[in-house]
Amino acid sequence: MIDLQRLRAVLRKELTQLLRDRITLLLIFMMPLLELFFFAYAVNLSVDHIPTAVCDLSLDVRSRDFIDALVASGYFDIAEYAAGEADVIAALDEGRVRAGIVIPPDFAAQVARGQGEVLIILDGSDTYSVQAAYSAATAIAQHHALDLMVEKLRRQGQTFELMPVESSVRVLYNPTLDGLIFIVPALIAMLLQILTVNLTAQSIVREWELGTIEQLLATPIRPLELILGKLLPNLIIAAVALVLIALIGFVGMGVPFRGSVLLFLFLSLLFAISGLGLGLLVSTVAHTQNEAESITSMLMLLSMLLTGFIYPREPMPAIVRLVGDLIPLTYFVRIVRGVVTRGVGLTLVWQDVAALAIYAALAMYLAARFFHLRLD
Amino acid sequence: MPEPAIIAHNLTKRFGDFTAVDHVTFEVPRGEVFGWLGPNGAGKTTTIRMLLGLLRPTEGYARVVGYDAAKQAHEMHFHVGYMSQRFTLYQDLTVRENIRFYGHAYGLRGEALRRREEAIVRMAGLHGRGDPLTANLSGGWKQRLALGCAIVHKPQVVLLDEPTAGVDPISRREFWELIYAMAAEGVTVLVTTHYMDEAELCERVGFISRGRLVALGSPEELKRTQMRGDVLEVAMEEPERGLRYLKSLQATGRLPLDEVALYGVLLHVVVPEAERWQERLRRALEEAGFRVQHVAWIEPTLEDVFISAVKAAG
Repeated sequence: MIDLQRLRAVLRKELTQLLRDRITLLLIFMMPLLELFFFAYAVNLSVDHIPTAVCDLSLDVRSRDFIDALVASGYFDIAEYAAGEADVIAALDEGRVRAGIVIPPDFAAQVARGQGEVLIILDGSDTYSVQAAYSAATAIAQHHALDLMVEKLRRQGQTFELMPVESSVRVLYNPTLDGLIFIVPALIAMLLQILTVNLTAQSIVREWELGTIEQLLATPIRPLELILGKLLPNLIIAAVALVLIALIGFVGMGVPFRGSVLLFLFLSLLFAISGLGLGLLVSTVAHTQNEAESITSMLMLLSMLLTGFIYPREPMPAIVRLVGDLIPLTYFVRIVRGVVTRGVGLTLVWQDVAALAIYAALAMYLAARFFHLRLD
Repeated sequence: MPEPAIIAHNLTKRFGDFTAVDHVTFEVPRGEVFGWLGPNGAGKTTTIRMLLGLLRPTEGYARVVGYDAAKQAHEMHFHVGYMSQRFTLYQDLTVRENIRFYGHAYGLRGEALRRREEAIVRMAGLHGRGDPLTANLSGGWKQRLALGCAIVHKPQVVLLDEPTAGVDPISRREFWELIYAMAAEGVTVLVTTHYMDEAELCERVGFISRGRLVALGSPEELKRTQMRGDVLEVAMEEPERGLRYLKSLQATGRLPLDEVALYGVLLHVVVPEAERWQERLRRALEEAGFRVQHVAWIEPTLEDVFISAVKAAG
């Protein structure tokens, strides 16, 4: 079916073209590296040090204790002190702070009566920060209240040893909840997908756009020889890029790699092949390189949102999850977090591996089918 | 007698409701230079793509060098050369890299490929110029190189789709010399064009209009048989104004003019009978105040014939 001399002819042509355009080649390798840096440090998921305006109308021991507790938690940084509630809201309006705390006069007296009340005002236009601030503030207030109650009971002469329920939390794999450990393995996966899809889609759509593919189809070169001749160089580029970004991620950035490197490389190869297949599919739809670029940009956006790369998939509506299922990254994100971060073997990720293998085969098959229908 | 090099039988291609090629039947014997003529969008390229097996006919069939184009395209491609509309060479490859790539694609290698490479470089007029990037070549060279790549495997049939579009006149003439050189070696050439002067250079031509074959034959034959009426050539001052005036006469029916068209600075007017209308036409123009140099009865050009044939076909 495949004539090796013709396959070699396509391979040689592709490699010659790749090596001729040095700037593009350099960009192919530099882009993922830059994206790795920017993403890894920009996507900082833990929200702390929220700039906060404080209006302490009480100015007593109790109010100062409470403010200290907020600051000590690390979630709130006092950016300014305000004279009244109106000033706090003004600071929020102008965007100088994202949270405000108002402590009423006679806070100490209220606390003594068991009726202490603080007002926490949050900037709802930034729901992401607000959620973190909300839960932090609530937890701190409750903790603080509990402390006060214990102290009060103690003074009344009551003694007790322990809380009725004590919870102890142990975080596996990422004890300090380091954002990089969460982000970097999945990010490497996403960069690999972007690279394989883009390279393949562009290299084939370019031939359609220039009209050269019609000339090729009139030669004895079979579509399969042409497709393989285009995919193999892209696979080599993807492999080199993967090693580069993995070295920077796991060695340079110090993100721990707990599983088998060999298994990771092998599964990455499978993932890369599914990306090439997806790129082929894009090339059967797009007529120009611009169209291909629009589709791959859309794909990148969907990959960021729907694959579990950043946002958990569980709360998503079923239909949205289904769209995510059409992107190979969805499977590979689970695989890398398993193999790299939890250090598990094939036996625990085999379902996703099987899905990815089916995906790659199906994409290749469909692309080959559609490929021939293009002129008709 | 061997099978003709190209056979199209009731060849039809529909895209949805649109019929691009409509029951076209013709044959091209071996060694002929056959012109496939028609305006843009008439279905020329679609016909060629079906001959190459790149498009599946909706109806009918095509046979080229003895192969069924739809079913045996792969085998057929070893014996057919194709140059598509936009000299599709790789701009980022050098001249020789392009030739070698196509050579490899057709299964050439070693000494045989090297000989073809030299022959094509010479044919394209590029010997002694080093091995430049294709992007740096000018139009005429690109066109000859594209032809060279299309015939690297010495095909028996060559299909050329508007090979001279956008090329200067000297390069066009040189290109036609190459076509004749191929035909002299027994290669069958089917060439599409909308330059009528090129059509005159073909042994036989087929006119296609809106997907239908409206006339088929040698240029002389067509001029004899397909022309309805006689062609009068008018040389006059202010030919554009003359054209508008004659069109108004045509519209009001004062003179039975089948066709009035501008040919450079001359007018071609088609009338039922030259003897009867030659003088009346001159008089009509002079009465309207035009200065007429001559009104001559001439042999129709292929363009006159083409317009006449299209009109007759409705």
